[in-house]
Amino acid sequence: MNTSTAQDISEFVGREYKEGFTTDIESDTFPPGLDEDVVIALSKKKNEPRFMTDWRLKAFARWKKMQEPVWAHVNYTPIDYQSISYYSAPKSDADRPKSLDEVDPKLLETYEKLGIPLSEQKMLAGVAVDAVFDSVSVATTFKKTLADAGVIFCSFSEAVQEYPELVKKYLGSVVPSGDNFFAALNSAVFSDGSFVYIPKGVRCPMELSTYFRINAMNTGQFERTLIVAEEGSYVSYLEGCTAPMRDENQLHAAVVELVAMKDAEIKYSTVQNWYPGDEEGRGGIYNFVTKRGACRGDNAKISWTQVETGSAITWKYPSVMLEGDRSIGEFYSVALTNNYQQADTGTKMVHIGKDTSSTIISKGVSAGKGQNSYRGLVRILKGAANARNYSQCDSLLMGDKCGAHTFPYIEVKNPSAKVEHEATTSRISEDQLFYCKQRGLSEEDSVSMIVNGFCKEVFKELPMEFAVEAQKLLGISLEGAVG
Amino acid sequence: MLSIRNLKVEIGDKKILNGIDLSVNAGEIHAIMGPNGSGKSTLANVITGKMEEDISGTVEYQGYDLLELDPEERAREGIFLAFQHPTEIPGVNNIYLIKAAVNAMRKHRGEAEVDAIDFLKLIRAKMKLLEINESFLYRSVNDGFSGGEKKRNEILQMLMLEPQLALLDETDSGLDIDALKVVSRGVNSLADDGRAIIIVTHFPRILEYIVPDRVHVMLNGKIVHSGDKNTAHDLEKYGYTWVTERINNPTEAVA
Repeated sequence: MNTSTAQDISEFVGREYKEGFTTDIESDTFPPGLDEDVVIALSKKKNEPRFMTDWRLKAFARWKKMQEPVWAHVNYTPIDYQSISYYSAPKSDADRPKSLDEVDPKLLETYEKLGIPLSEQKMLAGVAVDAVFDSVSVATTFKKTLADAGVIFCSFSEAVQEYPELVKKYLGSVVPSGDNFFAALNSAVFSDGSFVYIPKGVRCPMELSTYFRINAMNTGQFERTLIVAEEGSYVSYLEGCTAPMRDENQLHAAVVELVAMKDAEIKYSTVQNWYPGDEEGRGGIYNFVTKRGACRGDNAKISWTQVETGSAITWKYPSVMLEGDRSIGEFYSVALTNNYQQADTGTKMVHIGKDTSSTIISKGVSAGKGQNSYRGLVRILKGAANARNYSQCDSLLMGDKCGAHTFPYIEVKNPSAKVEHEATTSRISEDQLFYCKQRGLSEEDSVSMIVNGFCKEVFKELPMEFAVEAQKLLGISLEGAVG
Repeated sequence: MLSIRNLKVEIGDKKILNGIDLSVNAGEIHAIMGPNGSGKSTLANVITGKMEEDISGTVEYQGYDLLELDPEERAREGIFLAFQHPTEIPGVNNIYLIKAAVNAMRKHRGEAEVDAIDFLKLIRAKMKLLEINESFLYRSVNDGFSGGEKKRNEILQMLMLEPQLALLDETDSGLDIDALKVVSRGVNSLADDGRAIIIVTHFPRILEYIVPDRVHVMLNGKIVHSGDKNTAHDLEKYGYTWVTERINNPTEAVA
């Protein structure tokens, strides 16, 4: 790399985080700290039934005995779990808005800035939004259209009140409360999230979308998403995330559980743009997330697509338990790290049923001093005759201070299985850059085009409007990162 | 249009260009010939901005000090390079790149983005001229293209961008005779009074199809001879040794 490209990199790094504004709004926040009383108070605040309180307390008891995992290829100063506030909600929650007109205009303004059109007129594009502002779901749009189809799409809190039997049946059925340190913490203190239930044979009439946003300072966001697709149903779910700019690190430990019954399909897409920290590595979100889906019935299919451009640290392995025969698991991922961002992400595909198949396409882009690791497990159990897996992990490096790492784990207990793994590492070449510039494209546009090309196999899995957003986001996240 | 004065490129103590003087007017076609290593590609790299360091001398283009402009600014001012080895950009559709390039030029001129239908119409017409299949547009840029396809793709881009000054860096190398004719037809379709074309080559053959106004012979980083189109024939007949001898014995030079 010559000096001029080194300079380009430093210019690149100078970009600003566009979503880094805060909303000045009165909120109802717990003082920092975590013990049983906090868990009970939280549950009470949410007016939860007994089973939920007990479930939380059980999770908390487990969490207390657990150690924070250290195996991920990431470095960070230890988190003080007692300095975090475990509940924050806009104050107006006490008398919840009944319609959009009643929603605090400042909140709506926030969403507007984020580019989320909340008013239903603007929602003609066919996306229903369950907007989570800090810990509480503020407004859910398109409820009626969905209700007519028999689809339940609401905040988790509402689900606990309205559909306790469903929650009781499926909560923790894919990610048990003691699954891992962060999942246990989430199980104890999760404040809200989304709940989706697609009845038998129903194709969800629209794509469901949740935007999460962390606003208050020093709050952890622990949301929980549960999606159940009954036999023969289909749903596509989109999740987008942003957070304001803060010098402190904020913890985000979410749990997502997907259940796909026989012949059902769940497509789960994420564009994650949490605040990544500044160019010195100050601040940013710790994104420690457990996402797992279970293909419970034969021919079920679960597909994870993620575009991870934000967060100071990403620790995330959306996984699929392929229980039903002929069930299918897919994982398409773009993970981008710039400046001091660190990502340790990948997937687990656990083949249990016969003739199950899984596909893993991972694209890691590293720039600045970013560290990007792919960590994936393909496990073929004894009964999974004729299981197949194809994994492809490609890394793209920009500059000479970043890193890309691949940690594939393969465990095969059935001799009829076919497992393929391919990995490549490449750089954006000077020739590619010059070629684009010679065609009149700016440096930013050139980089963005080349990186988008690299990520194409993943982007084509995203729903159209998300694909466009993801491409733009990638461009913004990489402004200047050339090498 | 283009005026190069005493252009030198020295890397360390190696002189790659050793005092080039060259003037190209609108409406002219120039050929720069010379054996491998004579500095032809370096000259193209300096004009387009791929090479930005170790340069002395002046390069003026339409009133600009060209050496002060970034490569993309030069491109937007109408300088186009048909690459000798066009690079591959996996995952980026050819049509996407060409459209982005066309729009970058339009933006620079203060024009609105090209209408999608007009764009398709135009590019199809150009593709027909170059005998290119439509599937070409939806393949990744140069990815898996044959040598000949890459060269055609360069000319297609050139026709879409309609540059003021087009540099063709060994566009003829690796082309069979049929492809050479097609490519030449494309280049000739662009040539008019307002534009200039510089063809860099070491084979005279392309100059049978694209007839130059001036032919310059480069050796060891210098233009050692400039003549009319017949220079190419002489070169074909006598080879580069003929030029070398001319330099060594200037008095015995053939006209």
